[in-house]
This record gives sequence, C-alpha cells and structure tokens, in this order.
Amino acid sequence: MHLKNHKGLILLLFLLVIPLKIDSNYLYSTLVVIAIYSIVVQGLGILMGYAGQVSFGHAAFFGLGGYTAAILTTRFNWPTLIALLAAAILPGILAAIIGRQTLKLRELYLALATLGFGILVHIIFNEGGELTGGPSGMSGIPNLTIGTISFDNDQKFYLLVWFMLLLILIGIYNLVHSRTGRALCSIRESEYAAENAGVDCARLKLQAFTFSALLAGLAGGLYAFYVSFISPSPFSFHTSVQFVLMVVIGGLGTFWGPLLGAVVVVSLNELLREIVPLLIPGAGGEYQIIIYGIILVGLMIFQPKGLSSIGRYFRLPLKKELKPEG
Amino acid sequence: MKNMSKGLKRRLGLALLLVISLLISACSPTKEADVKSTTASANEPYKIGAVLDISGNSSSLGVPERDTLLMMVEKLNSEGGINGHPVDLTIMDNKSDETESVLAAKTLIEKGSLAILGASSSGTSMAMIKTVESEKVPMISLAAASSIVEPTSDRKWVFKTAQSDIVMINKIISYLKKNDLNKIAFLYMNNSYGDNGKKAITAAVKDSGISIVAEEKFDANDKDMTPQLSKVKASEAQVVIVWAIPPSASILTKNFKDVGLTIPLIHSHGVGNQKFIELAQGAADGTLLPIGKLSVAQQITDADPQKKVLESYIADYVKKYNSEPNSFGGYAWDAFNLLVSALEKAGPDREAIRGELEKTQGFVGISGVFNMSPEDHNGLKEDSAVLVKVDQGKWKLIE
Repeated sequence: MHLKNHKGLILLLFLLVIPLKIDSNYLYSTLVVIAIYSIVVQGLGILMGYAGQVSFGHAAFFGLGGYTAAILTTRFNWPTLIALLAAAILPGILAAIIGRQTLKLRELYLALATLGFGILVHIIFNEGGELTGGPSGMSGIPNLTIGTISFDNDQKFYLLVWFMLLLILIGIYNLVHSRTGRALCSIRESEYAAENAGVDCARLKLQAFTFSALLAGLAGGLYAFYVSFISPSPFSFHTSVQFVLMVVIGGLGTFWGPLLGAVVVVSLNELLREIVPLLIPGAGGEYQIIIYGIILVGLMIFQPKGLSSIGRYFRLPLKKELKPEG
Repeated sequence: MKNMSKGLKRRLGLALLLVISLLISACSPTKEADVKSTTASANEPYKIGAVLDISGNSSSLGVPERDTLLMMVEKLNSEGGINGHPVDLTIMDNKSDETESVLAAKTLIEKGSLAILGASSSGTSMAMIKTVESEKVPMISLAAASSIVEPTSDRKWVFKTAQSDIVMINKIISYLKKNDLNKIAFLYMNNSYGDNGKKAITAAVKDSGISIVAEEKFDANDKDMTPQLSKVKASEAQVVIVWAIPPSASILTKNFKDVGLTIPLIHSHGVGNQKFIELAQGAADGTLLPIGKLSVAQQITDADPQKKVLESYIADYVKKYNSEPNSFGGYAWDAFNLLVSALEKAGPDREAIRGELEKTQGFVGISGVFNMSPEDHNGLKEDSAVLVKVDQGKWKLIE
C-alpha cells in the first residue's frame, strides 16, 4: 500500500470532488449511470480479465439485485439499506450455487451456459406475476436512506455511488496485487499449469464468479433505488452483451480497463445523441447506432488490447497488466 | 514501438483519439449557441422537449409521433407561435430503453424545457416519472398504461393522452351486457400490453355478472395459437376477448377460423391499424374492436364534436407525409395541443403549466374530449372510443 501505487486512485478522488461545483443534474445522472455500470463491470473484469472466464449472463445478476431491492422495499417494507445489502448478497449466493456446476465448463460452453442462465432469469422476471409485477414492472421504490441521509437527489446519489465505486476500486487494487490476484492470472494463462503449481482453480474461479455476481447485484440494487421503477427490459441479454463490451473496450486484465470501458460506452452514447442530429439533421437513433458501431470497431482494430493501453502514449500508468510471476 | 507497423498503429490510434476529442469539443459550442439565440430574440421561444421511442422495439409508436410533432410545431411557428413566442421543440430518441429515457429527460430539463412530451411506451414513460416529479416538470405521456398517471397523489406532474385500457374494456362490457353475453374467454399477449389488459378486465368484470371462464396467454413471437383456442372451444365461453397486437393478434384471428369457433371475437384497440387486417388475410372480417375515432373519422356523425378536429388532422398529415395518420400520432397531437393551450394561459412557468393542464376541460382532441381533474390526469371517458367491426377489410362503425 504505497502512496505511489495509489496515484491513480488519488486522482480519481480529486475528479470526484470537482463536479460538485457543477450545477447540472444531467451530468450527475450520466455519472451515476456510469458508476452503476462500472460497478458491474469491475466484477466482470475480475472474472473475465483475471480469471479468464466469460459470462454472458451478468444482466441477470444485475436484474436480480434490482428486483431484490424493489421487492423487499415495496412488498415487505424492509429498510432500504438492508434491502440494498440483500440485493448484493442474494445474487452472490445464487452465483455460488450455480457456479459450482457451470464453471466446470470452458470457453464457448461456459458462455452458452451463462447466456442460458441470463435468458432464464429474464423469463422469471416476466412471469413473476404479482411478485415481480410481470412485464409491466414495479414502481414506487422508495429513496435509499442511510441513517438520517436520504439519497433523494442526483448530487447525493452521485456522491454515494462514486464513493462505493472508489471503495470497490481500492479493494480490487489490493486483490489483484495479492497472491489471489496472481493466482487468478495464472488460471487465465493456463489452467493446467496453474493446477500443477498448486492453485485451487475450481475454488478460485467460483470465488471470482461469486464476487462478480455480488457486485452486479449491488449495482442492480442501486439502479432500482435511483430510477425507482424497474421492469424486465433493462435486464435482457442485450445488457449482458453491453457489459462484456465495456470490459473488452476498456482492456481485459487491466486495472483501469473496466472503469474506462463504462465511461466510454455510456458517454459515447450520450455524445452521439447530441452530435448526430447536428451532423445529419433529423437523424434518429438508428444513425447513432451505426456511428457507435463504427467507432467501436475502430477502437478494436487500433486498440485491440483495450482503451487502457492508450495510456502509454501519454505515459500514464493506466495499463497495469499483471504477469503471473509470483 | 520498435517496428514500422507499430508506429503506424500508434499514429492511427492517435488520430482516432483526435477524432473523439473533436467530437467531444463539438458538443460544447452548440450549447452556447442555443443560449445566445434564446436571449437575442425579442420574443423568447418556448422550449419544450419530447422523449420518444423512435428506434428499437417500440419504433412503430415513436415514428408517427415524431412526424406528427414535427408537423405541428412547423405549423404553429408559421402561424406566429404562442402569443408571439415561437416554440423550440427538441425531440430525443430513447431507443426504447428505460435508462436512456431517464437520461434524455434530464438533458431536456437541463436545457430548460418547460414540459416533456412522451415517452411512447409504458415502460419508458414509467422510468421518467421520478425525474419529472423531483424536478417539477410537467410531463405528458403518450402511452396507455393507467399506472402512469395513477395514483395521482404520486403523479402530480404526470399526464397522459392515450386512453386507459379501462375505457376500452368498459366499451366492450357495455356491448356484452347489451347482447346478453356473460361468459367470456380472455386471451392475452404475454407482455406489458396484455398484462395491463388482463388486470383491467379482471377488475372490471367483478360484480358485473360477467365471468371469465377461460384465460390463456401467448407469447408476442408465437406462430400458432391453436392450443389456446382449442381450450377456449372446450370451455363454455360465449365470446372471446383478445388483448394483443399484430402479428400475433392476426395469427390468432386466422387460427380462430381454423379451429371452427363461431362465437364472436372481440379484439382490443391494439389491432387498430391496417396491418392487422392485412396479416389476418381475410380472417379478420366480422371481428369487433373498440377504437379511437380517428380510424372511422368519415363515418362518425357531423354532430360529433371531434369530427372537425379529426378531419383537419388527417388532411394535414396526408398533405405532408402522403399517408394516413394512426392513433399513435393522435396521442402526440393531443399532447402537443394540450400543452400549447396550457402555455397560452400560463406562459413559461412550469408550475402554472401543470396547473392549467390539470384544469383542462372540454378540450377536443384526436383521442377524445379531455376533462382533466386533480384525480384524473388522463381525462378520457367511454365516449372517446367507438366499437367497430371489420367488414370486407375495412373498419365499419357499429353503434
């Protein structure tokens, strides 16, 4: 825990304080959305980038978190903070249960199993009847309250989610620089070699999977409290792909990658919505999607290792790839 | 970076970065320009915003709504605007996505929109409610679900122009009572539309002497509803009511003929477009449905207060786009004109606009005659719908 190693995190802390001067709820809400996605992608980044396991089902954990928070607060009147904790824990437990079986699968098969899980959960949201509100969803989710503070406006919520994200980043920073982090990397490089070196692959993979589900659930809970309405549609397969995209765009197996990926994907969307109608008058979302696609393909061609490798042009310590050496 | 290809890659990467930063910088000056233009003119334009589902799953709703709004704003501004103030309308596409809907609403509020029209579908509208409620901006949704404006104690700032399902259901129920049909089979599509229909009919038949003797659902993508209809056939239902939209509604209508059911078939207003009849390939004849008056504007009597409004909307729309308008465009027409008449009285003040919207009485629109109140933020009653029969591929008014 040297100060030098935390240069980036300290920088982030500063970045957090600067927007407080800005009086723009739109900016805050964009930043809140970025942070919420980023929390999911942090966990997914550990699973994909470090442990080398792919998941196309994280929107399901995200949704489970959201529905847990929504159901516990509106149907059972639980305190919001406890509901938020449950929103993280429940998907974690579920991941621990299903992970034991599914993580035996590799590569494409694992991708298919997680994809199937994602679709299954989405169907449950739709068919949940009175409990989940079915396809119409649930509204009237109360504001998140911690102690006497109610997170009822964008600025407060912004502070909360970015503070959480910062804690998660510090946690992950320490994790990837620990023995466990190096062991995870060794699984990614070669599972057989790792096994021979005495790494308990099955246990570690399960832990990474559970951890990522926990974070996705937490983010889902935050989403439910922030929007105060949820329906099955934001938790479809499309969202799972979006999460994987953020991880890959940011850079697999890098510390800053997931955050960068979430920032780029969300802000690119928002920017295009502003810019495209200026360039092509009367253009709707379909043009935005095309240009969005072109930019992403361009990024992948020129920065196949993800955006965090751009840092080297400016000598920024963005790319902290870990080599399995110790 | 030791060899040529890496150097090239690096330069290309930098070029890409440059493009992105240019895109970012391109964003800020336009906002300044916006502000300048508003302060410069003597009669400040009234800024209003719309969040519509123009692309994505609900694009069939959002596109006619956008076209209608563009047409209306052009017409209004060419006639001198509202009390001399032109209207500056910003339309945003939420891509049928709930999270994007929230962000789009926040952008519009940030840019000073006095009110927000939209969104097109129930989910995207519901997602915006917390934002408009906490920022105190009037919103007029174009979607049908009654939960958008109920309970009004939590929806102080939210209004909607599409008829609630209950309006249509009541129309059907009064038909059933008149014809002494009291055992119904209810079939619905397994999505938000069908789900709301089911909730509304279950509540409406309570204590009415009508009972639901069969209830079946199907998926929006299903290609065959024969199993569901066979169950209906085995039941003692005297009439079948279906809550779905094409293509599944059309497939069901074909299957209905194929399994040899001869009892009356009543659809919802969700099939109120020509596509339903085309896809049913002739099987739609004889089907009944409640619908807004727009589709049968020529057939309603001249005494109907809506007649003139409907004909002028159809004439304007056909002239501009060379195609017939549909009820979705009608929802946008109503929302826009409700807002315009509120703006005329209230001026650029969100609180006052909300107050005027709530006081709306006897406003003759496309979807009906609106009478709002603090308890009713939709303001449409059964007289806003008519019952029609499909007759040789055309809507025929029956009353």
